[in-house]
Amino acid sequence: MMDQSGTSLQIKGVRDGLMVTIGEGAWSEILESLISQIDDRIQFFKGARLTLDVGNRIVYAADLGLMRDKLADRQVVLWAVLSTSPVTEQTAQVLGLATRAHSAPRREQVMKPVESSLPGENAIFVQRTLRSGFQVISKAHVIVVGDINPGAEIRAGGSVVVWGRLRGAVEAGTEIGDAATICALEMAPMQIRIAEREIMLPFRRGKPQPEMVGIRNGQIFIEPWKAKEK
Amino acid sequence: MTATVVTVSSGKGGVGKTTTSANLAVALAMSGQKVVCIDADIGLRNLDVILGLENRIVYDLVDVVEGRCRLRQAMIRDKRLPELYLIPAAQTRDKSAVTPSDMVRLADELRSEVDWIIIDCPAGIERGFRNALAPADMVIVVTNPEVSAVRDADRIIGLVEAEEKGPVRLIINRVNPEMVKRGDMLAADDVLELLAVELIGIIPEDDHVVVSANRGQPVALDPRTRAGTAFHNIARRLNGEQVPFMDLDGRKGVLGWLTRIVRPGGN
Repeated sequence: MMDQSGTSLQIKGVRDGLMVTIGEGAWSEILESLISQIDDRIQFFKGARLTLDVGNRIVYAADLGLMRDKLADRQVVLWAVLSTSPVTEQTAQVLGLATRAHSAPRREQVMKPVESSLPGENAIFVQRTLRSGFQVISKAHVIVVGDINPGAEIRAGGSVVVWGRLRGAVEAGTEIGDAATICALEMAPMQIRIAEREIMLPFRRGKPQPEMVGIRNGQIFIEPWKAKEK
Repeated sequence: MTATVVTVSSGKGGVGKTTTSANLAVALAMSGQKVVCIDADIGLRNLDVILGLENRIVYDLVDVVEGRCRLRQAMIRDKRLPELYLIPAAQTRDKSAVTPSDMVRLADELRSEVDWIIIDCPAGIERGFRNALAPADMVIVVTNPEVSAVRDADRIIGLVEAEEKGPVRLIINRVNPEMVKRGDMLAADDVLELLAVELIGIIPEDDHVVVSANRGQPVALDPRTRAGTAFHNIARRLNGEQVPFMDLDGRKGVLGWLTRIVRPGGN
């Protein structure tokens, strides 16, 4: 992207997050341009990990620190700086940023996803516990291997499958409606909703069982979640 | 020497971060290791009070960062424990006076000279927390056996993981064995089940903590107290020793077992 001022700044998605390559121009203008691009699409950048490729430019600690903090204010993590200048590399290290080439994705290694998806069968896979304050919002199905802690939130277009304890808030079927289900090994949510219907679970005792919640013929059902007998 | 930087955090206020920082520092220093505490709670400093070093402050963290003094000049040496130093926070400024990179630089400067750097993190998840987290090699999350404190601890652990800092260790503070026994308080197991991080200490509720904090004599100075012993145990665990946890959870015996079964909302 080129602005009128002549600073060049390229942002692209890579395996490990976002790669920002900067070209010519004053550092202050580059910083301003980067921040304004992030501010324009703050939701998209929120939570991103950013690698900065500065080429052979010498960047001072104060400048890099300021960028890091400005990014941090926008919930963007600057985690690595790539540079061919040893001075810049050292500066980055002092600030606790990664500089090694192998920790940064090389261009050739960026893999293209294989086109094998069935229509309407996209899902995202989250392999970690979602702690309080974390959100997963997707138009697809959401599969989580890990717990959903109280205060965490999932909003899925399709179904939600939790291989763990569900204790946070889950909304399923924002796209596909009644066809969505919510499954968890332990169903103890703060709130669950399917197709905008609030679902209240009955009080249960004893050892938790895997359960599935859904809507069938307009009726909410809660049943044990087990292999389908066909 | 290469210091380990330990950031003591909690999210929620009032769970005992500062008390924990002070007592851990004391316990580590009593085992003969060189410890520097840094109070990162700029504008609301407390660590100096708990450590009883309030009246000796000349320079503070912000003075170091802004170059008004050398690092050495801001390090207050504890007269009781010659291996213990405090870098106090400024009281007249706010969190924005220091940046995360300032903290990293400061910690790096100290690293070669001491064994432990304990950073007392302010409550909240804003700038002050980011400052305290930036140089951390290990994050100790302090929580109380209360739902709200555990919720905030979970949030903090999530943020620490997102920053790829860590490892995270958990201290459950102010556990009242009687209340746990009656089923009125979350037991350590309940807290651990949710947070799923490694436990490094359980501190029993102990009136000595309040009394000693008011006198500026951290409870760890007297290892005969229950809380004091608990802090010394944590210090030993930080040094890689295997120390069994004090028996506090009150689940032993028929009564404990019964209350657990009957407790509403239990699993």
